Amino acid sequence: MTNQLKRILLGDQGLVVIFVVAFALVALLVPNFLTERNILGLLQSVVTVGIVACTMMFCLAARDFDLSVGSIVAFAGMVAVMASNATGSIFVGVLAALLCGSIVGLFNGLVIAKFRINALITTLATMQIVRGLALISSDGRAVGINDPNFYQLALSKLVGIPTPIWVLAVLFLIFGFVLNRTVFGKNTLAIGGNPEASRLAGVNVDRTRIWIFALQGLVCGIAGILLASRITSGQPNAAVGLELSVISACVLGGVSLAGGRATMAGVIVGVMIMGIAENVMNLLNIPAFYQYIVRGVILLLAVLLDNLRSSALGRR
Amino acid sequence: MSFLEFSHISKTYPGVKALSDVSFSVEKGAVHGLMGENGAGKSTLIRVLSGDQQADGGEITIDGQAQKYASTRDAFHAGVIVIHQELQLVPELTVAENLRLGRFPANAGVIQARQMFSEVGEKLKSAGIDIDPRRKVKTLSIGERQMVEIAKAIMLDARVIALDEPTSSLSSRESEILFALIERLRAEGKVILYISHRLDEVFRLCDSLTVLRDGKLAAHHASLRDVTREQVVAEMVGREISNVWGWRPRKLGEVRLKVDGISGEKLRQPASFDVHAGEILGFFGLIGAGRSELMRLVYAADAATTGKITVDGKPVRSADPHQAIRSGIVLCSEDRKHDGIIQGRSLEENINISSRRHHTRFGILNPQKEIEVAETFIKKLKVRTPSRKQDIVNLSGGNQQKVILGRWLSEEGIRVLIVDEPTRGIDVGAKSEIYHILYQLAEDGMAIVVVSSELPEVMGICDRILVMCGGRISGELKRDQFAEQAILAAALPDKKTPTAIAS
Repeated sequence: MTNQLKRILLGDQGLVVIFVVAFALVALLVPNFLTERNILGLLQSVVTVGIVACTMMFCLAARDFDLSVGSIVAFAGMVAVMASNATGSIFVGVLAALLCGSIVGLFNGLVIAKFRINALITTLATMQIVRGLALISSDGRAVGINDPNFYQLALSKLVGIPTPIWVLAVLFLIFGFVLNRTVFGKNTLAIGGNPEASRLAGVNVDRTRIWIFALQGLVCGIAGILLASRITSGQPNAAVGLELSVISACVLGGVSLAGGRATMAGVIVGVMIMGIAENVMNLLNIPAFYQYIVRGVILLLAVLLDNLRSSALGRR
Repeated sequence: MSFLEFSHISKTYPGVKALSDVSFSVEKGAVHGLMGENGAGKSTLIRVLSGDQQADGGEITIDGQAQKYASTRDAFHAGVIVIHQELQLVPELTVAENLRLGRFPANAGVIQARQMFSEVGEKLKSAGIDIDPRRKVKTLSIGERQMVEIAKAIMLDARVIALDEPTSSLSSRESEILFALIERLRAEGKVILYISHRLDEVFRLCDSLTVLRDGKLAAHHASLRDVTREQVVAEMVGREISNVWGWRPRKLGEVRLKVDGISGEKLRQPASFDVHAGEILGFFGLIGAGRSELMRLVYAADAATTGKITVDGKPVRSADPHQAIRSGIVLCSEDRKHDGIIQGRSLEENINISSRRHHTRFGILNPQKEIEVAETFIKKLKVRTPSRKQDIVNLSGGNQQKVILGRWLSEEGIRVLIVDEPTRGIDVGAKSEIYHILYQLAEDGMAIVVVSSELPEVMGICDRILVMCGGRISGELKRDQFAEQAILAAALPDKKTPTAIAS
């Protein structure tokens, strides 16, 4: 009996099983959890982390790191609001935000791949540079949105479900496909498994890494636009500390920091666990200060489980 | 009662029975050989002995006492020390620090450096190891590092020392020093387990021998006096191998690969050579002669500063391996672990990593085709694995090598195959399989370059040999000129002029 339990928990789908069990428990025990309003709210609350986690998964899988995501999200939000205010066109604002996000990402990628500077250091630098840009552009103040249609990006609904949740779902699908079914995805995992062997096996390692960071920037742009629309303004201080939540969610979802191992399903579960934990604590009126502790403990437990799993698989 | 006894050892991994009911014993003061093909269970047995893995059944006794280890630490304290192919030293520390790691002579936390160096120096000297204890390990050659590992075993007063393929990356001079050290340890009454693929060494050093095959005991020889090499080979592979080399004359075509004056940071002197279609060209030389460096330049793994390369008369300009591959040149590098396998990924992915570009559309994979390619080459190259989904790190060295060959054979339009030490750490059976794959490819018109440190191998399988010494090509011999003396003479650094130049 205990053996069987152990096998399920430590198996490939262990995390998913734990997630399902936890979800069922929470649904039964926490009042108001399983209501349409709460579930939609829960999903809304994980949109930013979830979107950015899609590409952070690629970054980590290739043994890289990106700390600049929070800053890019804030910066892209500022750009979206300011550009659409200036031109009167939301479309131009959105395009400008996506472009700015991609450019920062591309810059990260070029510096890391071509100048061989450690990803941690590079993105630590761009994290501060880009946050600085966001603050300078508005002199440190929030910028209100002129055109009320901009709110509709986050508020509009499709078949009863808010647009940002649709965007998140579509990105999950796209990046799940990219990871498993494209050369780019497989090359990413191979680079994480053994960068030098991948290069000698004909993988264009530099180009793949540049693409990973550029995509990360683009996706941060999307998250930034949706966030700005939801909080109805461009906030230069938005999304501080986002990088840590995103990396936590990925690690929680079984992405190996040593590279070479990642699944989209795992990352989705990781994002949801973080979201549910926060949601439940809010429903139970647990003060925000304690929530930090709970999040930290969950992360540690998940990594511990992962460790147990890899040693159970055995080395030969 | 023998000193070291294995009785009924069994070990099962998911999907594989790695050891089943293995029993044998070793006397005190004996060097005991352990042979078997890749995947025969040698490594598993050593892991069980060293406490790295626990046996499912059976028992190990040393000096009549049953041994139960929960970890390598326990085995360590019981005097069982395994010296692995990958050495476990800290490169940034000195020899003495490595040897006293964990047991520094210290006074209130301050290391007594002078005392440590003189003590370790004496110990090294008395063991006949000529290495300065003040040198940092990173400055030592592989052979010297091995000596340090053995010194560690001696200083810990080991009772059983297992050496896993100790000579696989040693020069012959370094090997001799190692053998002398082993003789000395034998005289001191230690038990040495000697794992090797090299029959010559086993017959020279060992008093007794155990052969494993498919996880079972295939043969145990308490003495090697009346045992022949052919017999041991047959015991290992379970069948007779009549001719390991199996070389046959082939028809050579036009010049396929022409390398003209190539040089780079690690190979200063420009080198030139060419290979014909259907030819197997050998590169022989001592370790550090520049053979691998030359091949890495040809493959664009390292940047070339001068030189021209043409394939079938067409100039090739590549700055990175992925461009070399597109012009038809591929390389299997000597260091499988660092430069070959992609750890954590399946066989299937390791085979398809490069050739998949031929059957993708807009970067999207064709999973059906990938399965097909993987299955084809697993079958064709006789890769021993439970499934194509298996993580490549779980395969034995020979099977990993075959997977990497499969990676390149699944490529279309490969014209030049460079293999660097294709059979390092690989057993006889798999070796001859790999040679036959190379012959087949040459017959199909591929130009093949084989880099090897094993003289019998280059002499056995190549049509022509180029010898390198001190970073330049120092000799060339055609098959009818092959002679050990001439090849070695060209490979030794003290010679000023090339000794053998073919017409």
